[in-house]
Amino acid sequence: MSPTEQQISEYRRQEQSITLSAVGDPPPEGPHEELFTLNFGPHHPATHGVLRLLVTLQGEVVRSIKPVVGYVHTGIEKTAEDKAYWKVIPVVERMDYLSYYFNAMAFCGAVETLAEVEVPKRAQYLRVIHLELNRIASHLIWLGTSALDLGAVSIFLYCLRERELILDLFEMSSGQRMHTRYFQVGGVMEDIPVGFERKLRDFIEIMPGRADQYGAILNSNEIVLQRLRGTCPLDADTLLSLGVTGPLLRAAGNPWDLRKAAPYSSYDDFAFQIPVGTVGDNYDRFAVRLAEIYESVKIIEQALDGLPEGPHITTDRKIALPPRHELATSMEALIHHFKLVTEGFRVPPGEVYYPIESPRGELACFVRSDGSSKPARVHMRDPSFVNLQALSRMAEGSYIADMIATLAMLDPILGGIDR
Amino acid sequence: MEIKRERIGTGTADTGGGPVDPRKLRVNTLDSHELLRGAELLGPSQPATMDGEELERYVHERVLTTTLEKAVAWGRSNSFFPLAFGLACCAMEQFQAAGPRLDIARFGYEAFRASPRQADLIILAGRVSIKMAPIIRRLYDQMLEPKWAISMGACCSSMGVFNNYALVPSDKFMPIDVHVPGCPPRPEGLMHGILKLRAMVQDDPDAGWRERYGARGTEEIVPGA
Amino acid sequence: MPDATGLELLAKELRDENTVGSEAILGTLHFRARATLEVRPEANRAVLAYLRGRGYASLMSVHGVDYYPHEPRLGVHYELLDMSAVDRVTVTTRVSTDAPALDSVTPDGPDGPGWPTANHQEREVYDMFGVVFAGHPDLRRILMPEDYEGHPQRRDFPVGGEPVIFTYNEHESFGVTR
Repeated sequence: MSPTEQQISEYRRQEQSITLSAVGDPPPEGPHEELFTLNFGPHHPATHGVLRLLVTLQGEVVRSIKPVVGYVHTGIEKTAEDKAYWKVIPVVERMDYLSYYFNAMAFCGAVETLAEVEVPKRAQYLRVIHLELNRIASHLIWLGTSALDLGAVSIFLYCLRERELILDLFEMSSGQRMHTRYFQVGGVMEDIPVGFERKLRDFIEIMPGRADQYGAILNSNEIVLQRLRGTCPLDADTLLSLGVTGPLLRAAGNPWDLRKAAPYSSYDDFAFQIPVGTVGDNYDRFAVRLAEIYESVKIIEQALDGLPEGPHITTDRKIALPPRHELATSMEALIHHFKLVTEGFRVPPGEVYYPIESPRGELACFVRSDGSSKPARVHMRDPSFVNLQALSRMAEGSYIADMIATLAMLDPILGGIDR
Repeated sequence: MEIKRERIGTGTADTGGGPVDPRKLRVNTLDSHELLRGAELLGPSQPATMDGEELERYVHERVLTTTLEKAVAWGRSNSFFPLAFGLACCAMEQFQAAGPRLDIARFGYEAFRASPRQADLIILAGRVSIKMAPIIRRLYDQMLEPKWAISMGACCSSMGVFNNYALVPSDKFMPIDVHVPGCPPRPEGLMHGILKLRAMVQDDPDAGWRERYGARGTEEIVPGA
Repeated sequence: MPDATGLELLAKELRDENTVGSEAILGTLHFRARATLEVRPEANRAVLAYLRGRGYASLMSVHGVDYYPHEPRLGVHYELLDMSAVDRVTVTTRVSTDAPALDSVTPDGPDGPGWPTANHQEREVYDMFGVVFAGHPDLRRILMPEDYEGHPQRRDFPVGGEPVIFTYNEHESFGVTR
């Protein structure tokens, strides 16, 4: 059926009238100097989410990158203003969807600072255990998908195998594999069950060996080494001016880590080291994250050995639900339960900015409360949102393949970027 | 080693070595008349034949008949090529479904294609924002028929946890065959949804999605002048 | 976090500094061991430049707050970090919705170098609240579609969403075909 015979529908006519606006590149200087804009659309097989890059190429060399984000914008911050503080926790957890415990920790920490709630020691240690387990799980997915981008496909399956063990542990302690709502304001939701410690010790025993295996495979893979060594370096001063924190900054040589600099939730009770790179190229970023897995295992082991007895959530009944057996005997417990479940606890008015160290950098939660039971503003300062600005500086002047490797080593999580 | 040569004969006048045993010649033993006569059961020189119920049972045990549509539907349902498309948290559980523990390759669906032209199953894994919805619609349009869609998770099936200005339920802009609830659904849950789709495809081999959803008249190119 | 006296001394230094001026600092707040300086909108670049000289060289976050119904409604917060002393200070400004204009701190200017990290973050404040940053190299919407109307994070913008489907209004939903 030739086009002259058919009626072109209105939709198709509209679509044909769309022109792409100019991206603002300098004019070409000759037939071999023409700049070509390529759209790495929101759907592409590099599994970092729905990121759109407008890449201006000269031959195969990248001249400029313009990231376009917003394709998974969920209005989390707006939704959080509508819900009681307790109900904000699951909403905020789904932001940076690989490090869900960290989102919950930032928010709970901010609310605890505002409401001046003290978190018991046991709850702090349990929080550290789960945070470090989440850090390992996040690094495993990063390693798997980055190796997939670079062509080393089998690492993906090995990393998923280890992540299944971690998700089993999460399921044991809270009932859910992801987005567990385990962290509550004032502590954690439940104490760990009976077999958890045994299973966690088994995991701690095998994890360093498995990380050794990943290192052995990738460090002797000539292709991976050539793609990562010496590609897209960026020095620490430029990274600091761009606001980049986390493993990217540590790979460039600056040992800034909030767990050591401004410890929160009993991190100063544990002895661990901060892996730091020298050159700041992609290989250093990869090596820093791989080394962090070992350090996280060390922290978990120390936390498990030193786990103190005590309550798993604050005993302040105005903030935390009373245990169920009290509801049958105590009238005050019943009233507290009722008020907390229907209205939620009230937080004194004020504004607080609470930063923690997530697997991608400084994750902070800004909470403004106006005295009622719902927050007036919740803003998450997400590290991926700020780190993405460094991509164009890193990848300018390198080849497309190096840009893909850099994007993988940047570890962006679009849920956090778009919120 | 002693090599024993045996003259089999070809059934021509040159017999040489004696009467030809029909069972020694492969082409003869596949003679359908012999088969139906039950030669291998009863012996070559028996005149009796199988008939009636015995013949029916004999045939049922050895021959498969089906309609062409059913055969094609069986083939299609056991080899979905999912589109490698992950939006948000549900994509992490989709990876785990492709991982070693719950192995989607056991069922034949491990060939995740990057290009929509080569895929026939789109699994919407994650929340669909208003900026992304026209792009997903475009991807769905680029897929070739027959194509199916699974909406994984609560966010794209209904609005999920976030009932706000920024999200679109996927039913609003594309037809969905199976909705998988969960936030995020376990890999087993996703597998249950995919297997339900497989059962749907095997039962209902009508492949065109416009017929399935009564969507005739929504084409971009209207046939006829 | 500088303690309360440190904060007051810092405010006094800022008032004495002639690029900032004494009317620029509207107030100080020391709350839950965190220091906040409230400044006039015109002085945001100058205050940040002075604090950079004082050691707070990292701008960690630029975010907006809607103080509805208190006027002026729209607040912009700058979170500064001093890495060597592990010290944080917050600088806040407030603008009204009638004149939501601020100088962008992203580009380099005659008063000193800029803060490149504020690029995407100021775009987000513009997108969500409508604060226009003068001098920003590329002020467009970042999270919402380019042609979206309205600024979603303002308190008077409705949350939106779809009605929840139960069995009594099932016929109104779009997905029921079989």
